[in-house]
Amino acid sequence: MAMNTQGRPSRPLHDFDAGAYTDTFSGSRGLDQAEPLIFERGRVDVTGVDLPQPSGAPLRIGGLERTAEIGLPGLAEPETMRHYVRLSRKNYAIDLGLYPLGSCTMKHNPRLNEKMARLPGFGDIHPLQPQSTVQGALELIGELARWLMVLTNTPCVAMSPKAGAHGELCGMMAIRAALDARGETGRRRVLVPESAHGTNPATAVQCGFFCDEIPADATGRVDMEAFKAKLGPDVAAIMLTNPNTCGLFERDIKEIADLIHEAGGYFYCDGANFNAIMGRVRPGDLGIDAMHINLHKTFSTPHGGGGPGSGPTVFSQALAPFVPVPYVVREGETWRLVEHEHEAEGQPFGRMVAFHGQMGMFTRALSYMMSHGSDGLKQAAEDAVLNANYVLARLRHVMTAAFDGTCMHEALFDDRFLKGTGVSTLDFAKAMIDEGYHPMTMYFPLVVHGAMLIEPTETESKAGLDRFCDTLEALALAAQGGETERFTSAPRHAPAKRLDETRAARNPVLRWSPPEDRPQAAE
Amino acid sequence: MRYLPLTPEDRKDMLATIGAASVDALFDDVPEAARLKGPVDLPRRATELEVERAFTAMAGRNLSASTAPFFVGAGAYKHHVPATVDHLIQRSEFLTSYTPYQPEISQGTLQTLFEFQTQVALLTGTDVANASMYDGSTACAEAVLMACRITKRQRAVLSGNLHPHYAEATRTLAKYMDIEIEAAAPVPGGLDAVSDAIADDVACVVVQNPDVFGQVHDLRPLAEAAHAKGALLIAVFTEVVSLGLIESPGAMGADIVVGEGQSLGVGLQFGGPYVGLFACRNDRNFIRNLPGRIAGETVDADGRRGYVLTLSTREQHIRRDKATSNICTNSGLMALAFTIHMTLLGEAGLRTMARLNHERACQMADRLAALPGVEVLNSAFFNEITVRLPKPAAGVVEALADKGVLAGVPASRLYPGKGLDDLLILAATETNTDADLDALEAGLKEVLG
Repeated sequence: MAMNTQGRPSRPLHDFDAGAYTDTFSGSRGLDQAEPLIFERGRVDVTGVDLPQPSGAPLRIGGLERTAEIGLPGLAEPETMRHYVRLSRKNYAIDLGLYPLGSCTMKHNPRLNEKMARLPGFGDIHPLQPQSTVQGALELIGELARWLMVLTNTPCVAMSPKAGAHGELCGMMAIRAALDARGETGRRRVLVPESAHGTNPATAVQCGFFCDEIPADATGRVDMEAFKAKLGPDVAAIMLTNPNTCGLFERDIKEIADLIHEAGGYFYCDGANFNAIMGRVRPGDLGIDAMHINLHKTFSTPHGGGGPGSGPTVFSQALAPFVPVPYVVREGETWRLVEHEHEAEGQPFGRMVAFHGQMGMFTRALSYMMSHGSDGLKQAAEDAVLNANYVLARLRHVMTAAFDGTCMHEALFDDRFLKGTGVSTLDFAKAMIDEGYHPMTMYFPLVVHGAMLIEPTETESKAGLDRFCDTLEALALAAQGGETERFTSAPRHAPAKRLDETRAARNPVLRWSPPEDRPQAAE
Repeated sequence: MRYLPLTPEDRKDMLATIGAASVDALFDDVPEAARLKGPVDLPRRATELEVERAFTAMAGRNLSASTAPFFVGAGAYKHHVPATVDHLIQRSEFLTSYTPYQPEISQGTLQTLFEFQTQVALLTGTDVANASMYDGSTACAEAVLMACRITKRQRAVLSGNLHPHYAEATRTLAKYMDIEIEAAAPVPGGLDAVSDAIADDVACVVVQNPDVFGQVHDLRPLAEAAHAKGALLIAVFTEVVSLGLIESPGAMGADIVVGEGQSLGVGLQFGGPYVGLFACRNDRNFIRNLPGRIAGETVDADGRRGYVLTLSTREQHIRRDKATSNICTNSGLMALAFTIHMTLLGEAGLRTMARLNHERACQMADRLAALPGVEVLNSAFFNEITVRLPKPAAGVVEALADKGVLAGVPASRLYPGKGLDDLLILAATETNTDADLDALEAGLKEVLG
């Protein structure tokens, strides 16, 4: 139980006051309102939904009725509304301000897309309705597939993967299936740059591969000599992000593609950073064999507090026979869903998921893409790159850029500018919260010490970027000027002070329990 | 372009600050041969109105569930979702935030995930739950991998009455991990032979309840059989509303419970995005092997209660090739929708809703059983049944669709070539009216002749 600074609560305390402020009688501070858990507020006999009375007819569930109380509290509708609106106000969001999380492409989410996804013809149809009753939905999937294939210059796309990592899995499974079809049982080594997303090695392992790290060279790109030295008859593939996680285009990418192909392996490209090049560069022209596309990054489907995502994966001709079911085909004027492996033309490696993929994300992404068009997508990529370079140019005299030269859509800094200040990358990030900004991606990529990866995206204005850069510049000078306390005690103006993550992991409390069921606390 | 705030003057000024001659210069690292000379071969930008017209035309070529007597289930169910849910999930602060990696400005998302985890644990009759998976099928596949890690065994046995898409997703995920998957043959309306296949080297048995044919089972004998061989019981559900009426899988002995949460808050959406529920008993080894994100309680620097993502040393961004799963994204917004709908219902509302579903299904079963040549196969069911028709179900469903009735899922669509062509799987929910049942009955009479 929290006490105030005098060591005494200023009013009677309830069990649910654990999250409340102690210097006000209500536990709230103005618009920052204390809000307990629903388990502390609701009651099992209260409902916020009016339903007809059941008739009480005998049950036909084999005598397996659930009789004991479940313990699920309900709230009336106005109470429910307040509970979740109050909670929502404790979140930062793109709609509130710049969200410069590198590698996450936090761009504006147009509400037109929300409206289109909610048309009853898309939002209110069942995945197993007769195909004759969902021709428009199959057409939409086919149309989005066409846009993705044209943008990447690839002949094939699997639409069902549910997120970026799921798309990676799709790509790597196709590679594994292709190797198996070639009878190549000895190729199990996958080359992964040390700057790669953690999902890359985790995915490779799920496909029965093991990983071999390629170091970065002094310019932040794949060390070509090290890469060449690792090529051999046991290499299955390379997994390479391009533009890479340092925000740099891999200049040697075509040579990398040629060399991996010559060595008998495949080229998996992590498409997380496609936003930098869409409409300007087609990955198929670079020699990739598979690449997932994060519709929730590049094509603006909302991140929703951590999902849902969607990760359609494009394939080269070499891997096309192995794509998973289901997929749509057009036969004359009719769209058809190929749902079973035996109906497929090639040798699908399987099925990744129930039903047909993230339809709600498909509608949003296509709405976004049609709005931009070929010219708008290209402009968006250019503005994203321009914005990142502007941030890099404005800040490199006070913060330390990790690499020389320009960048693509994200600007990478390291923590050399904080050396000797007593301020860490984490402290610096938390101080940004007090300034009204979401921090950048921290400590990633791993190839840079104390990394700070800033991706502003194309939907920020110049004036907005100027205010952001002015703030970061002031913070950097404050750190260098010895104002350590400003950073180490940050955030001071957020809905919560710095949270104790070590305690959460050491003594996991993963759900609410009634007070009488809780183990006695150690203190 | 309406989403791009930079003006031509801005771009010029910014290039000057950068010291670049042109935007093209920023793309100098792109190999010459891969530089596109003009725009890609796609339509140019479109106004809101133009996009709306195109989408409305495509949407118009679909028959939406609310405009037809609707009995389609088999893994996704039509339920009424209160208007409050859709309003709340469109709050900017929920819709346009990212994974709560900065907990001080993400308490809204984190507290709702903590509430979600608690609701899922209570519903499933288990102790803990994660912050959601992509959907029920991927949750099922990940549960099998988790069971193999826990038991250090490499074989899983699937019930033949597990939704075939779930079985295929599991088989696919396990395919290259040296895990052997064995599946029993389906037994519509009955209990398949899965318990005969439990040997000493089996990591887990996977059983769905109610199963894909709608049959409700007592899981206790299977739990005992599995535990006797040191195997875990993984219980799967595709209709979460059933947990408001039927004994929980946890109480019947399941060690891991996974399922689809779509019925609450999410809507049909042609199959996605949905929300996978993943829960298990409170055991250190289980929790250490959970896939996906988990929210946990802690305190802030002032001692006030707060929430963070925790136990992340299981996850790919820390553990890389040693992670429990490659999963990064969960289904956050759908988990939120689920939690809000569950909070609106409360236990009392959920129990009422479940009973209404069951009573509708009972009425449907009685009316179909009275039709000549139609046999209801289920002895015990929740809101879904399987009937044997006197002719192939696929043609019947098509003929009924032509009459504007969406009559269910032919078993042959899920089990092609398995000799189940005469079987039709139908679901009834609280959204069905007497008039819907009349239309179904009349339509079937006519089509079956």
